[in-house]
Amino acid sequence: MVRIQHERFDVGAELAALHGQNPAVGALAIFVGVARDINEGREVLQMTLEHYPGMTERALEDIVAQARKRWNIIDALIVHRVGTIAPCDPIVLVAVSGVHRHEAFDACRFLIDYLKTDAPFWKKESTPQGSHWVEARASDEVARAIWQRSDPHASRS
Amino acid sequence: MKLSILYFARLRDAIGRSGEDLEVPAAVATVGDLRAWLAQRGAPWSSAFAEARAVRAAVDKSMAADATRLREGAEVAFFPPVTGG
Repeated sequence: MVRIQHERFDVGAELAALHGQNPAVGALAIFVGVARDINEGREVLQMTLEHYPGMTERALEDIVAQARKRWNIIDALIVHRVGTIAPCDPIVLVAVSGVHRHEAFDACRFLIDYLKTDAPFWKKESTPQGSHWVEARASDEVARAIWQRSDPHASRS
Repeated sequence: MKLSILYFARLRDAIGRSGEDLEVPAAVATVGDLRAWLAQRGAPWSSAFAEARAVRAAVDKSMAADATRLREGAEVAFFPPVTGG
């Protein structure tokens, strides 16, 4: 499931819902992206996240479908916030349930790596000197490319 | 051909609007053609589209390449590389 929202999310409640009291689940892996107060050496007062409604949901669903093809996971959840976000606030939650940890960890990392390059979100940072759009990082493209080179079945445990 | 164009983030700021409905010549068949056609309209499109690599595109809400073909009534979005997560 994927969700875009302005509100903060409760990691515990989201994990409980993902688990769903399913006794087949043996592993829950999560990634939480959190807003920092400094980026590229500049103080960040807050950030504003914009997205492309309609395409964002489609892109995230597609990323989840790719993960399901590569790993034998039980379920996956992506919650991404938009709007104004202050330092220390959570921005994104990626959670994966699986029978065993390896699939859950790998799929979780795959999801956030692909989200970084394929989902239409843009960050604007407010600093004491004014606001500016955040530049994309080449290292994010590299992280995604590593998955494309790796054997889709090498991570099966 | 009628197209619905959308601009996001830095591109919207540079162009000064979030989108526009356009009638483009028949020769504009692909995303790359549209990019070039928008740029030749002059400021602010010429500068916004000057760095071809820094502007990504989507057609009907799917990531598109310059070779992606356009169809009547398509929604074409232009935006900088994404920075979510």
